[in-house]
Amino acid sequence: MLNNETIKIIDRFRDIGWIPEPEAKRLFQTAGLNVPKYIWAHTPDEAIEFAHRTGFPVVAKVVSPRVIHKSDVGGVIVGIDTDERLEKAYYTFKALDGFNGMLVEEMVAGQELIIGAKIDYQFGPVILLGIGGTGVEVYQDVTMRMAPINENDVMSMIASLKGKDIIMGFRGGEPINVKGLTDMMTGFSAMIINLEDHIQSIDLNPVICSRDRCIIADARIILKEALR
Amino acid sequence: MILDRKKMNLDPIFKAKTMAVIGVSSQNDSHPANVIYNKNRFRYPLTVYPVNPKGGTIKRESLYRDISEIPDKIDIAVIAARADFVPDIMKGCIKKGVGGAVVISGGFAESGKKDIQKQMVEMAREADFPFIGPNCLGVYSPHKIDTLFLPAERLIQPPSGNVAFVSQSGGVMVDNMVKFTRQGIGISVATSIGNKALIRELDMLNYLAKDPETRVIVFYIEGFEKDEGRSFVIAAKECPKPVIVMKGGRSQEGIKTVSSHTASMAGDYKVFSEVLKQYGILEARNEMELSSYCEALSSYQRCIKGKIGIITVSGGHGVVAVDNCSDLGLEVPQFTEATRQAIKANLSPSIQSIASLANPIDLTGSALDDDFLAAANVLVRSPEVDCLLILILPYSPGISTELGARISHVCKSEDKPVIAYIPNEDKYAMLIEGFELNKVPVSYSVEGAVLMAKALRRDEKC
Repeated sequence: MLNNETIKIIDRFRDIGWIPEPEAKRLFQTAGLNVPKYIWAHTPDEAIEFAHRTGFPVVAKVVSPRVIHKSDVGGVIVGIDTDERLEKAYYTFKALDGFNGMLVEEMVAGQELIIGAKIDYQFGPVILLGIGGTGVEVYQDVTMRMAPINENDVMSMIASLKGKDIIMGFRGGEPINVKGLTDMMTGFSAMIINLEDHIQSIDLNPVICSRDRCIIADARIILKEALR
Repeated sequence: MILDRKKMNLDPIFKAKTMAVIGVSSQNDSHPANVIYNKNRFRYPLTVYPVNPKGGTIKRESLYRDISEIPDKIDIAVIAARADFVPDIMKGCIKKGVGGAVVISGGFAESGKKDIQKQMVEMAREADFPFIGPNCLGVYSPHKIDTLFLPAERLIQPPSGNVAFVSQSGGVMVDNMVKFTRQGIGISVATSIGNKALIRELDMLNYLAKDPETRVIVFYIEGFEKDEGRSFVIAAKECPKPVIVMKGGRSQEGIKTVSSHTASMAGDYKVFSEVLKQYGILEARNEMELSSYCEALSSYQRCIKGKIGIITVSGGHGVVAVDNCSDLGLEVPQFTEATRQAIKANLSPSIQSIASLANPIDLTGSALDDDFLAAANVLVRSPEVDCLLILILPYSPGISTELGARISHVCKSEDKPVIAYIPNEDKYAMLIEGFELNKVPVSYSVEGAVLMAKALRRDEKC
């Protein structure tokens, strides 16, 4: 069942048809999935104060209901390590269409994956896993299963990716935290079953996985067309 | 719109003893209804009654003006009349207590007349009256019933067997049945469900899962209704018989610009294909895969892990088979020294020193029938492999026409699938039949033989 906060967030974004990042992340956070520490800053000072608390470097992203693919408009800056650069990022984003503040997050390092969901007409909720990042549609190394999925499904999904060795540790590289990934995917699957009537598709891209944990670094929720 | 599947009994349709053909013409003997009437009246063990409201006679028999006039209980009504008349005809069938119907006629939802079709479905549901179609070829079961309106002399009819074929398209079904015949694949029942207004894939799956004559179930599907695919795959996973699906319509419709990566990458076909795999359903992507899967599964329904032992008389064929196995993720494990020695001990002295006993085993062109038997005897009992591929090139002088039957008998002694490759030439028919009459599948290409092995390793279901 959906909690009130989730319903409130969905209702708020019905007219634009998708849920932008800070709220999308909050939705996953309330479902118990890992997201980075973040702040939705409306002044440079708020951003700087957060960075001092969490520690540099940080990532800054534009918040705008008019920007769905942030990287395409220069709306993501990673590796920010000084007050000045953070402040500069704020004013750069301020010039973008529909600017409504700046998201500042802790930097997370690891393997970039994509976890997605789609409500398929014939099969209902479907979960996707693949090698993520901005090149996701170039490599198309993805696999999907009908939800709900269990731990065995996640293992078979990893095994069916061309990039499975990257996930499991390749040439001395560290394997990712498979338990963290499995927990995230089964939790996400359970959440999608509840969201079926409200969403069209979801991208968690990238989900950044290291030896220690898996974290949703970016999220985008596309609402069902009929609800828009 | 959920069908109460428990109440509908499809036996009157597929195991009919009495048939009424509605729409038979006294003037035009090539009318579809006449083709159906003539076939079933003269060639099948059914009692058949022709019906036409205009009356008249056909082949010295009177046409009944209405189904209610028939002095017999009717199992199946085959309706080949104009769409507008069909709801009334169906009402008459229900009133008479007919067991079920096949509606051959077109001109319903597919040409915009959704209302007539809807009316029929509501009526049928109300009365628990099963009907196939409309806009379909209906049902075919060798030596039992045939509602295909295609003249018998034009068709090649597959023998009776254990493969059931359910198709959204009549043409795809008939064409594949013709090809199945050539491959020696027998049919238990085939049905084209057309517009699938009432009886749909899931109903057929549930029915065929319990049909004692069916051991393999094949579907040609173009698409499901909303969430219908979900119920179908769940039922297929529970079905104890292997299910094969051939999907028509794989091209992806355009994706709207404001969308997610997931929506763009998880297209309709991609999802369809991956979900089939997830639920242990075999997807046949072309006719060669379809016939290979059907032939193999009709002989062997038990799953294998996919450790293949290969016996050949040509090193090149062994190499090609290993390549194909590797492409399809099948393993060709090396044999232990004990296995090699056991085989070697029984080979003819002339090939003992020249045969290669790795996997593939290359018996060379000097091999005799007994050498095949020696190798097969050891491998069917060895836990190192769970399936045997025997590549036979009948050109070498030591191979006789009895080899097929002899190997088959060896294989029957153990519960291990054996698949043969033999070139498809009339000259080698007796060799081929020696296998096929003993239910050992034969492929006419090495690639096909490996596809057969792949069919037995039904991934996640195993």
